Amino acid sequence: MSTEKEPLFSPKNLKLLSEPLGKSNPITIQVLGICSALAVTVKLKPSIVLALSVVVVMAVSNVAISLLRKMVPPRIRIIVQLVVIATMVILVDQVLKAYAYDVSKQLSVFVGLIITNCIIMGRLEAFALANKPWPAFLDGLGNAAGYGFILILVAFFRELFGSGTLLDMQVIPQAFYEAGYVNNGMMILPPMALVVVGIIIWVQRARNKDLIED
Amino acid sequence: MRSFSNTYIFVFSLIMVTIVAVLLSFVATQLKPLQEMNVQIEKKQDVLRSVGKAEDAAEAEDKNTYINEEFAKYITESYVVDFDGNLMEQEDAFEVMLGLTAEIRLPREERNYPVFIYSENGGPKKYVIPVRGKGLWGPIWGYVALEEDLNTISGAVFDHKGETPGLGSDINQDWFQEPFAGKTIFNEAGEFVGVEVVKGGADPSSMHQVDAIAGGTITSKALEEMIIDCMTGYVAHFKELANN
Repeated sequence: MSTEKEPLFSPKNLKLLSEPLGKSNPITIQVLGICSALAVTVKLKPSIVLALSVVVVMAVSNVAISLLRKMVPPRIRIIVQLVVIATMVILVDQVLKAYAYDVSKQLSVFVGLIITNCIIMGRLEAFALANKPWPAFLDGLGNAAGYGFILILVAFFRELFGSGTLLDMQVIPQAFYEAGYVNNGMMILPPMALVVVGIIIWVQRARNKDLIED
Repeated sequence: MRSFSNTYIFVFSLIMVTIVAVLLSFVATQLKPLQEMNVQIEKKQDVLRSVGKAEDAAEAEDKNTYINEEFAKYITESYVVDFDGNLMEQEDAFEVMLGLTAEIRLPREERNYPVFIYSENGGPKKYVIPVRGKGLWGPIWGYVALEEDLNTISGAVFDHKGETPGLGSDINQDWFQEPFAGKTIFNEAGEFVGVEVVKGGADPSSMHQVDAIAGGTITSKALEEMIIDCMTGYVAHFKELANN
């Protein structure tokens, strides 16, 4: 590779950042990280904090693994990846508990569950182990942002239709309720998150013909 | 790909876990005082909320100082009693409250029962009773404030660790907590009955019923159970106070 003179934001590097937001989105295209996308998206606020936490964990883990890539024995690479991710997650959790106690209470177990987020390990294994730190950092940022974006989108619809609020503020006017409008209780339950993700996938594929298989 | 000897793998793992262990324990010890402080502040704030104080905590410039000051100002007295109503002089009410979650596993007769007394400018007293219990997915807890008659609830706050969002988790919402105010925990015969959380709507004329959460029945029932479980132990003490 002749990357000596490659600018920091070369088209190739920028692609690492932008593709996961669109046509290689970890949730809608690779269908990774679905588990947490279903669990935390009832309300917008925890989704946003979780998205940010994943961005931090993923970017730093990607860089750490990329720096270690020549030293990590392939036979124990999965264990090493897990240790790096787990360390980062515990750090994020501890910092949230100390400096953003209210938010950490809301997220409760979900911060810990970042460890099991398939996207992070997928990116470490597929990208960071074979690339230099800077591209790995961008790749981590891009994929976490792609994940977070879908998370926030799903949470937006679920909170709006499930609770009639956004960020816990009432957005559906009281008059609607008086006219007989009822919040959709189904939206609060995990299966509807799957349906919302499904609709997003459908819309995305309908708009981008490249993504249609067969 | 290069191959690595077993010795290398062994040494690599050893160094890796050592670095991680040192890093994590360092961070944990550094942040521990802050985290413990957060927990204490939260409990003080909950006690104050049950008597309708500390509403401005969100706007306060320095939340911790604000809560500490309010707590010192309004909670004029605190003590611990046992199941038979005897004063436990060597126990500190706040310390007991911090460990209350572990205490509810003991039989009722062996537990300690902390009481916090609120009073504003020497006005009427309110008795704040911390309650702890098990919800559907994890712990639930709350603070019930009683009027001076030790029967009428003046306010109650509840919270939870991980109840179903939008369903059981609503026990920490005002619409669920407000109806508790004005209910009584003893019936006409003077027997302790607690507050019943009724599925399908409480009888508006009842002094002992509030609405359950639709779709959160297990959490609602757990909360009812928690109030009975934790407040039964105070009955002896309340009777004694009422007789004096």
